Amino acid sequence: MVSIEPAAPTATEPEEQPTPPITEDPAVWVRKDLLDTDTLSAEEIDLVLETADAMAEVRERPVGRVATLRGTTVVTLFYENSTRTRASFEIAAKAMGADVINLAASGSSVGKGESLVDTVRTIEAVGADILVMRHPNSGAAALAARHTDASVVNGGDGSHAHPTQALLDLYTMRRHVGELEGRKVVIVGDILHSRVARSNLWALRAAGAQVTLCGPATLLPQSLRTLPGYEGPGGCEVTTDLEGALTGANVVMALRIQRERQDQGLLPSLREYIRQYQVTEERLARANPGALVMHPGPMNEGVEIAPEVAHGLRSVVEEQVTNGVAVRMAILYLMATARRR
Amino acid sequence: MSPVELQRGQEVARTIRRLAHEIVESNGGAENLVLVGLLTRGAPLAGRLASAIEAFEGACPPVGRLDVGLYRDDVAHRDPPPPVRPSDIPLGVDGATVVLVDDVLFTGRTIRAAMDAIMDFGRPARVRLAVMVDRGHRELPIRPDFVGRNIPTAPSQTVEVRLAETDGEDAIYLMEGTDSHGEH
Repeated sequence: MVSIEPAAPTATEPEEQPTPPITEDPAVWVRKDLLDTDTLSAEEIDLVLETADAMAEVRERPVGRVATLRGTTVVTLFYENSTRTRASFEIAAKAMGADVINLAASGSSVGKGESLVDTVRTIEAVGADILVMRHPNSGAAALAARHTDASVVNGGDGSHAHPTQALLDLYTMRRHVGELEGRKVVIVGDILHSRVARSNLWALRAAGAQVTLCGPATLLPQSLRTLPGYEGPGGCEVTTDLEGALTGANVVMALRIQRERQDQGLLPSLREYIRQYQVTEERLARANPGALVMHPGPMNEGVEIAPEVAHGLRSVVEEQVTNGVAVRMAILYLMATARRR
Repeated sequence: MSPVELQRGQEVARTIRRLAHEIVESNGGAENLVLVGLLTRGAPLAGRLASAIEAFEGACPPVGRLDVGLYRDDVAHRDPPPPVRPSDIPLGVDGATVVLVDDVLFTGRTIRAAMDAIMDFGRPARVRLAVMVDRGHRELPIRPDFVGRNIPTAPSQTVEVRLAETDGEDAIYLMEGTDSHGEH
């Protein structure tokens, strides 16, 4: 398992999948950083999800925490607003016994003009072992990782990647539909701007799922069609036809319509989007019985997802948040133990 | 040196039955008893002990399995690190006599971790330790209450307990060289 420098994070560039290592030993985490899912092997993804199983069990105990990461300092550095990702990392780090320091760009020297690289070096100098970072610019986490010995976990960078969200989504899917090989996963919404869609795509392809990306043509990067294996197993279908996409789906993931981005004229109107692309009970009837409904949050109920679907029997939106803690505990544990060796 | 076989088949089964009798005798019956096997090989061993107790006592004590990976003090020294797996501890550890079950007792560090771990599930009235093999070389003040066999060893050797459930045979081997799951 070689840690591979991620390619420049251009949103739509096809990525080469690394050949998974051939080994009979259980997978071992050797990566310093987690910047995206695009270079993760199926074995590494399995390792994260299996470790997350153990962490989920820890969370269910009367004492839902352990002291394994005592002496490890985790710093969260968020240049963008976030409720669930930041809280989830903080709870995960504390549940593992780590010390946590939360930095918001607005309350730090970033407001005085300190550069990202300087901020990251300062954080390392005060003793951070793991840096969890969110930034509005694609590639910010990779830049930070190159300038620090601390391990960097990408908590979302621009429209590039959000690897821990993808891993918690896979964990949630696997809990409900079992092995993902050959399962049909439909991701619907603003694919163009979605780091969640991109990181899910790489991870789902590694796990052998059949991914369909669906949305209005203006929010659907056509270059995704040039992905290797576009049509085969583990491939990816790109379509503007939601009804067709939903047919036979095992998982339906709605993405948030980012209203702040809709001044670019990419949507004729919100009403038209709702009419064609809202995930409704009626449309879901085409999916497999028992298909899961997911959403990375926060939801615009009544826009990309109908309220009765968002809170319906098939929805696992709240469980995604709960699972996020276990998956992030697993990632912090694997990264911290890799550092100690 | 090739592996030396110390016990196999029926001999292993007899040792397990004797351990089961000792546990029940010491506890004054099978009441209020919980057997907790340490992963990996303590878990099937705990299951065997429970079946043996059921055979002569008519009551089967609850069986759990415990992964101590998150409680170890030597995570950094183990390469590759052992995978972390979910534990499964029966309800009612509070006030019970918990018997920790493991295959080989060596340094005592696994048991130290197991005692920390079990306390996170409740407050047992008593914690006891049953092992198939005690090979000596303790690094902590820990001693077993029930021992299948005492086997004097050199630190450079490894004792391997193989069980039908995990390895396809019941046997105990003494080998030269340390191995990755040589515990303990």
